[in-house]
Amino acid sequence: MKIPILRLGRILLASIQEDLTDTEAMQFQSDLVNEVAEIEALGVAVDITALDVVDSYMARVINDTASMVRLLGAEVVICGVQPFVAMTLIEMGRDLIGADCTFNLDQGLEQLKTRIASRGDIRFAGDEDE
Amino acid sequence: MNEPAPAERIAIRSHNDIVTARHAAREHSARLGFGRAYQTRLATAVSELTRNVIQYAGEGSCLIEEHADEDGCSIRVSVEDHGPGIPDLALALADGFSTSGGLGAGLPGTRRLVDHFQISSEPGLTRVVISIRKAR
Repeated sequence: MKIPILRLGRILLASIQEDLTDTEAMQFQSDLVNEVAEIEALGVAVDITALDVVDSYMARVINDTASMVRLLGAEVVICGVQPFVAMTLIEMGRDLIGADCTFNLDQGLEQLKTRIASRGDIRFAGDEDE
Repeated sequence: MNEPAPAERIAIRSHNDIVTARHAAREHSARLGFGRAYQTRLATAVSELTRNVIQYAGEGSCLIEEHADEDGCSIRVSVEDHGPGIPDLALALADGFSTSGGLGAGLPGTRRLVDHFQISSEPGLTRVVISIRKAR
């Protein structure tokens, strides 16, 4: 299964809708990082609302992906971590997810806009498609 | 109703089987009436253990058993493989230790998610038994 990566101006939006195998998770990481580089994205929102299990492997993939995206120069937020996922991750060990998180995609996009604006990047798009 | 059996054995041979095993763990715990927090803990623990099987032994098995009596109910999951074994169990159970470049949350992290955790390992047989329990 390939995770669709949607483009809103220079923001990328990826919503993980079902449980991924390790291979699919790595594929997603590489697809997303390539896409960020390709369009020189300013921000990326990864929505994991539908994930009801995030084990240490998946947490690492999410973390690494966020770090890679930041290295390229884009802002990133993880959206919709489920309460039981949060509890489990913290019980398992600290710092499994180090990226910035928001309750949902709406807030994620708002936060990206704010951060991109505060970086002084006025090219933020997303509104320009409307 | 297509209910899962009280016991289920899942062969662990590929990454897909990790997903199958964690789904099965969640289904069995939901069926016994465990809340979502426990379902998530168990599913995550099973995911960690079955991944270890793939990573270190190549293949193995995961047995999920439901138990219910007048005092309450429990789910026991036994994950075993015939790989090289864990040379230093104490070290493998220490936080922050990993031989695979992971986060090192595997075994110690898994132990914190469940009510009971037992591990034995020698070359040719590694077995981890975990369980969660709920009073009636």
